[in-house]
Amino acid sequence: MPKVVDNQQIGPLIWKMQVEVPRLVEKAKAGQFVILRVNDHGERVPMSIAGLNREKGLLTIVYQVVGKTSALMTTVEAGGEIADCVGPLGVASHVDNWGIACLIGGGIGIAPIYPIAQAYKEAGNKVITIIGARSKDILFYEEEHKAVADELYVCTDDGSYGHHGFVSDKLKELLDDGVKIGNIMAIGPVPMMKVVANLTKEYNVPTWVSLNPLMIDGTGMCGGCRVAVGGETKFACVDGPDFDGHKVDFDLLTARLGAYRDQERKAMKRFLEDPHCRLAESVRQFKYPDEVNK
Amino acid sequence: MNNENKAVAKKKKKLEGPNKLPIKERMKIPRQVMPAQDPNVRKKNFEEVPFGLSEEMAFIEAERCLDCPTQPCVKGCPVEVDIPGFIKLILEKDYAAAARKIKETNALPAVCGRVCPQEEQCEIVCITGKGKSGKPVAIGYLERFVADYEREHNLVQLPKNAPPTGRKVAIVGSGPAGLTVAGDLIKLGHEVTIFEALHRPGGVLVYGIPEFRLPKSIVQAECDVLADMGVQFRNSTVIGKTDTIDELFEMGYDAIFIGTGAGLPNFMGIEGENLIGIYSANEYLTRSNLMRAFDEDEYDTPIIRGKNVAVLGGGNTAMDAVRTALRLGAENAYIVYRRSEKEMPARIEEIHHAEEEGVQFHLLTTPIKFIGDEQNRVKAMECVKMELGEPDASGRRRPVPIEGSNYIMEVDLVVVAIGNSSNPLIPQTTPGLECNRWGNIVADPETMQTSRKGVYAGGDIVTGGATVILAAGAGKKAARAIHKYLMEEVKK
Ligand SMILES: Cc1cc2nc3c(=O)[nH]c(=O)nc-3n(C[C@H](O)[C@H](O)[C@H](O)COP(=O)(O)OP(=O)(O)OC[C@H]3O[C@@H](n4cnc5c(N)ncnc54)[C@H](O)[C@@H]3O)c2cc1C
Ligand SMILES: Cc1cc2nc3c(=O)[nH]c(=O)nc-3n(C[C@H](O)[C@H](O)[C@H](O)COP(=O)(O)OP(=O)(O)OC[C@H]3O[C@@H](n4cnc5c(N)ncnc54)[C@H](O)[C@@H]3O)c2cc1C
Ligand code: SF4
Ligand code: SF4
Ligand code: FES
Repeated sequence: MPKVVDNQQIGPLIWKMQVEVPRLVEKAKAGQFVILRVNDHGERVPMSIAGLNREKGLLTIVYQVVGKTSALMTTVEAGGEIADCVGPLGVASHVDNWGIACLIGGGIGIAPIYPIAQAYKEAGNKVITIIGARSKDILFYEEEHKAVADELYVCTDDGSYGHHGFVSDKLKELLDDGVKIGNIMAIGPVPMMKVVANLTKEYNVPTWVSLNPLMIDGTGMCGGCRVAVGGETKFACVDGPDFDGHKVDFDLLTARLGAYRDQERKAMKRFLEDPHCRLAESVRQFKYPDEVNK
Repeated sequence: MNNENKAVAKKKKKLEGPNKLPIKERMKIPRQVMPAQDPNVRKKNFEEVPFGLSEEMAFIEAERCLDCPTQPCVKGCPVEVDIPGFIKLILEKDYAAAARKIKETNALPAVCGRVCPQEEQCEIVCITGKGKSGKPVAIGYLERFVADYEREHNLVQLPKNAPPTGRKVAIVGSGPAGLTVAGDLIKLGHEVTIFEALHRPGGVLVYGIPEFRLPKSIVQAECDVLADMGVQFRNSTVIGKTDTIDELFEMGYDAIFIGTGAGLPNFMGIEGENLIGIYSANEYLTRSNLMRAFDEDEYDTPIIRGKNVAVLGGGNTAMDAVRTALRLGAENAYIVYRRSEKEMPARIEEIHHAEEEGVQFHLLTTPIKFIGDEQNRVKAMECVKMELGEPDASGRRRPVPIEGSNYIMEVDLVVVAIGNSSNPLIPQTTPGLECNRWGNIVADPETMQTSRKGVYAGGDIVTGGATVILAAGAGKKAARAIHKYLMEEVKK
């Protein structure tokens, strides 16, 4: 069983985990993902690769608590184990020298664009990175991105740090200023990817997005991860997760992500109320976004 | 004991001991009826449907065998199990020896006894079945009986492995094909490692076929025996991703067997197919079986529990899905199939079980469009009636739509069970591995060797979706050829 070397909180509901999976790490490339199970009764959850330490065989993932399994993940202690971790899955991100390449990370998407930024940089690109979050306290990985990007822009929706506004606002600014961006990769919440893709379509800049539909096996066996791209059905786990953002049907993706909403909420509620699970107070206070405003 | 059985027992006593019953008498014994859960009870649980034969019933059933010199049953079995041979051992009450007899040619009797389509293989040609009773010896029941007896009484003997040969074999995929190859090659003294993409070994036996037809503990027991014999299991390893075929050679494996099955679900390609509530059979069954979503208090993976469930297709997979739907609380569970009952590829026993449990059959019907609600959940299906026209390439009469017969069927869950194609992961990452135009790996029918030296393949990845015993049979052939290759062409 893979050993968890480190698992620490890096934001209000955001954790960073390091897992020892040497062979997987040796083979992994930026843009791929893994599927793990915390324990034998657990779900198989897909997680993007957010860092690779090839010398030590360590995989980094950054995850946000959004439901039971991600909450359960926070309870694994450093030195402990998870049931399994399979990968690397999916097709690696396309890397080329476009002159100027831009990476956009929103929310939890800030993590997986980091190894892709490294790959873009190694290919000789000038790398412009735009990262954004709702507010300052949910931002992370700023130092890491600073070390790789030629230009780094940080945005917060509420203006509590960096540029006040969305990542797409900053991108529009750059495009309007005539910056010759050859390729864009955007990872983040579906609405963010959709806004970015709609924007760059007007400017005719090739734009990749990394899709996160529900998955089970991750090998093309079940078809649960199907997405529509340019009117065709694709299996995100084997044909993706990266797709041409100008062709993705984001509304279908959003709808399909909500398939188990009621069951997930019931499971989460039960889990949070279980006195036996050792949860950080911040996790135990978890609320779904639509419950916060009530 | 019922009266008929009693009379048989009495007569036999007179003749002192087994197999002394004259043929005429033996032909009069009725085929034993396997006791099973009541349909109204079982459609609400996931426990196995048939209970298995008692020792006494097994004995009586064994008496029905005429020990025919021509042994048509043996020829009917794809791997030529010595059927009269193992039945004789039942009459001697040496059940463990009977199980070992079967295992000489079929490594998975507890599985095959349950899921083989006996009615069209070993049993259809049985001489007893041609007699007055018209019912063949229940070979499958007996096979299951001895294998269960052996396992439940801890009589499984680990065969002694030959001295180590120093040769290493990698097996990709842990379905019946891969497990069979592993068992045969470990006995011959080779080092054997199975690489499996999922977190549990067994292939379709664990992710596809439901608990109520094949308890997962049985598959696990088979894998445990292999592990005890020294087979290494490397689960959660996707060949083509974690390692490639060529990398396995680099890692020191001398030969490789590919038994990755037919694991790429087909869809209908009609409007609305990506709505929520439309599953492939693979997804639906994997959620329920491998991930155990049916047990929602204990396991975390969710599953949609439909009230009106339509399963599209007429094979074993469709029957498994529709019966799963009933057990997950469906009020109406439909099989929607475009041909007639006669053409349904599912086993008769499974169709019969489904009927008993209340599955409703909409035959000569096909959906042409799925209709969703405002949340993108499927709420209905537009169907069209079909009639059978001229025979097609497969020899079955081709269904043609009847114009104007369209109607709407209300459904909140649809499971598409219209077959699988083969997964391209390995062919895409293995230069020089020849595939046919359906993406199946091309292998020599006798040796199972592929276009790559030292690489063998068998099971569904070669034939397309077939049966457990055919996959296991291919594994047998491959193991023989791999052994020969290792000893003759790999120098150590
Ligand atoms: C290729 C890929 C890469 C991903 N990378 C990351 C990552 O790096 N960090 C991270 O925090 N999350 C990532 N996700 C999403 C992550 O898998 C889900 O957040 C996680 O499975 C939620 O499980 P849960 O039990 O905590 O929440 P649940 O209660 O199951 O779900 C809560 C919400 O999360 C979404 N979700 C649930 N299951 C999945 C799933 N299997 N895939 C995608 N979304 C899901 C649903 O829309 C749901 O609304 C990725 C998903 C994919 C497909
Ligand atoms: C629902 C259902 C019901 C069925 N019912 C019956 C029945 O009643 N009777 C009968 O005889 N047959 C039945 N069949 C058919 C039978 O199960 C198959 O023919 C048989 O399992 C094929 O065996 P296999 O060893 O070729 O592959 P599989 O059983 O398909 O196993 C292949 C294994 O390889 C693994 N794998 C795939 N790709 C990779 C990779 N790249 N790296 C590592 N591992 C990989 C898979 O995860 C899987 O575990 C049924 C099939 C289904 C789907
Ligand atoms: S393996 Fe299948 S076909 Fe062969 S004897 Fe057993 S039940 Fe019959
Ligand atoms: S054909 Fe039937 S009766 Fe004859 S040996 Fe085989 S099982 Fe026995
Ligand atoms: S997750 Fe099953 S096919 Fe992609």
